[in-house]
Amino acid sequence: MNKLAKDPINVVVAGVGGQGNVMVTLVLGNTLVHDGYFVTIGETYGASQRGGSVMSHLKISAEKQYSPLIPEGQADIVLGMEPVETLRVLKSYGNQNVVTVVNPRPIHAVDFTGSGAGYPDMRELLAQITGMSAKTYIVEATGEAQKLGNSMLANMILIGALIQTGLVTISREAIEKTIVDMFPKAVKENIAALSKGRELAAKQ
Amino acid sequence: MQYIDIDAPGSNQLFIGNEAMARGALEAGIGWASAYPGTPSSEILGSLAEVAKKRGIYVEWSVNEKVAIEAGAAASYAGIRSLVAMKMNGLNVVIDFLSTIVLSGIGKKGLVLMVGDDPAAHSSSNETDSRPVSKWLDIPLVEPGDFQEAKDMIPYLYDISEEFGTICILRSVTRVAHARGNIRLGEIPKVVHKARFEQYFDPAAPMPTPIMCVPSSFRHMFQHMRLDKIREKFETSTYNKYVGPEKPDLLIVTSGSGWLYSQDAVNALKAENRIGILKLGTLWPLPEKLVKSCLSKADKVLFIEETDPFLEGVIMEFAAGFSPESKRNLFYGNHTRHLNSFGELTPDAVIKAITGVLDIPYAPRDADYMKKVEAVPQQYVMDRLLTFCPGCPHRASFWAIKNALAMDGRHGFVTGDIGCYSMALGPAGFFQTRTHQCMGAGAGLANGFGQLHRFGFDQPVVSVVGDSTFYHSIIPGLVNGVHNHSDFTLVILDNGATAMTGFQPHPGTELTAMGEPAAQISMENICRAIGARVEVCDPFDLKSTTRTMLSMIEQKEGARVAIMRRTCELVRQKKEEKPYKMKIDPEKCLGEDCGCNRLCTRVFRCPGLIWDPVAGKTKIDEVICNECGVCADICPEGAITREAVA
Repeated sequence: MNKLAKDPINVVVAGVGGQGNVMVTLVLGNTLVHDGYFVTIGETYGASQRGGSVMSHLKISAEKQYSPLIPEGQADIVLGMEPVETLRVLKSYGNQNVVTVVNPRPIHAVDFTGSGAGYPDMRELLAQITGMSAKTYIVEATGEAQKLGNSMLANMILIGALIQTGLVTISREAIEKTIVDMFPKAVKENIAALSKGRELAAKQ
Repeated sequence: MQYIDIDAPGSNQLFIGNEAMARGALEAGIGWASAYPGTPSSEILGSLAEVAKKRGIYVEWSVNEKVAIEAGAAASYAGIRSLVAMKMNGLNVVIDFLSTIVLSGIGKKGLVLMVGDDPAAHSSSNETDSRPVSKWLDIPLVEPGDFQEAKDMIPYLYDISEEFGTICILRSVTRVAHARGNIRLGEIPKVVHKARFEQYFDPAAPMPTPIMCVPSSFRHMFQHMRLDKIREKFETSTYNKYVGPEKPDLLIVTSGSGWLYSQDAVNALKAENRIGILKLGTLWPLPEKLVKSCLSKADKVLFIEETDPFLEGVIMEFAAGFSPESKRNLFYGNHTRHLNSFGELTPDAVIKAITGVLDIPYAPRDADYMKKVEAVPQQYVMDRLLTFCPGCPHRASFWAIKNALAMDGRHGFVTGDIGCYSMALGPAGFFQTRTHQCMGAGAGLANGFGQLHRFGFDQPVVSVVGDSTFYHSIIPGLVNGVHNHSDFTLVILDNGATAMTGFQPHPGTELTAMGEPAAQISMENICRAIGARVEVCDPFDLKSTTRTMLSMIEQKEGARVAIMRRTCELVRQKKEEKPYKMKIDPEKCLGEDCGCNRLCTRVFRCPGLIWDPVAGKTKIDEVICNECGVCADICPEGAITREAVA
């Protein structure tokens, strides 16, 4: 376990119910606990699982157990599984130093389709996200996951991209151990997705 | 996959609070656990069920909370450490039994009730605080302040329960029960459980029989004597602690989730030298000496607690009775509006409360960034309303109910209940549900509406309940309805699981909590035995379900039952491939020019269907759609097609 440049590191994982938000946070959390860090995770759940906005707060510390919620404006990293949800989280938790990793694949809400307002223009949406982040990695995770044969692999692609940013110290061995523990039937696919995510972030 | 009984004492694991409590129960050597599922408490029993056989314990999802606690008490009477878990709504269901077991006492082995509260009602119909029940009914109550305590407090509580012969309560909140953190594991003892109900008539025996609550006043006095002794024990508990300077400018008194939030807030304000925190883990009976000594440290005292001002009330009441040499404190909290007694506690709420008492500047973000935040157009972050999953049978069921009620034309309505189908209050269920209270209330209300014809009431009433809810609390309502000739239709949405809380089994399912074959109780047989007309339909067959519904609504008298049966989509997709390949023919979809007013994307609103504003037509989102095939039957132009997957 290394001392962290900032303690705690606050990560918000943002998405829509059903995308695998809890799973992403759990993969990161389990890996970090194996490495000896204190990890606290707070998540929205329950009714929000069904098509609502969901986010998980992940606090990483080398020193102590923190509370499961991040205060306003105190995110260090936003891992955005969906662009509207990424912007929503930046509004509440972003700041001048925040680094954002975002999957630009929209998930249309029933409200967007029903009200006639439509989903926001993707280019403008990404411009807002970029404007509110110190650095933004746009990672086409869903598209790449579909190429790998399963859209759920988008989550592991995003984790790969997050690791590649170097903001969270996660060794290849530690994350691969978590994958073997958590997805014993799909180790190869998940490791391929992880590498794809690293590759996509390395280009940015 | 990792189980909670992992044999690695001293190792560090990432557990959710509920798993930590379940692990604590294993380390305490329990032999029995029973519960009814309810967020945020469900994983306590769920994680124990996974290891029950291996660990030689009995684990049961009971039909409801009242049966769970009474069955759990029997284990204690027969000499088995027993755990009972539920959410705060369940506590209301068991109050009657609690009010007597505090008088009768428990058996030779401990009985612990774990109650999960849901402040902000993330997944609940209310946000009641369970702590006042301790003072009200004279029950010792503790509250973990972090994940490690959620585990460690359990063996401690069993020792208290056995030493003093009383049921004890552990109250947790969502942000402890359902958050994750580090746990250092202890050892799981090897216990050989031997059950026997000893029948001693000697009142001095450890468990004299008969077990009874009379003479009640005598036993009430006895419980108060126990509480006085437990109070002495709590005075030195390591779950109560003070951290901070000897003479702080402000003393925070807190418990539960407030402990970590208070530390985070003091940290964010860099006020470690000015603020002390008294964190209480044993809340009732109140460790008065400890509280008194901490109150003498500071003039100003701020209570930080989630939901009700419980500690604020009992400590201010206690302090009002201090001897004259004590100086008077200035108390802040809910009564001074520094904190709300509703909604969720957050680090920001604690920071705001502190800066409202002490003059400490705090600005989480700079002004330039706030300008950007304010400039984000609202339509870029519009709210996502909750909806049923793509392929959920409930969407189809409510479509049939809506159309049947509309065809009937007498302004019929739905009385709702608790489950995923509660979302029928909104667009997910086409706004059909008109009442939503507690488990069983929909059927009770329907009983009442169904008797009002004598006062000119002529609207059809449909009570919609889930399968698990039916067994939990609907059967008496149906008995009442048939017996008294009440006029209503009971719809049971039977998706084969307690879906909302994580697919736990119930009396209608094939397996028990421990994965053993269960005696399945047929809901149609129960309803028919009560004397109700029963029809069973498949909600994905919209036409036939609507027709059945209409005939039910039009029946003139008596309670009748429509069972809409189809497996929960989330359960189905774990076992089977998608049944269809859905397509939209862009030639046939007329978009806004069709007379349907975009029935599929404006009314039916399955998230798998999206509107393409450029083409002016509906599309299928292939990442979201579960290919259930239902929408093919709602498109008037036949533009949506389903092709069976071979």
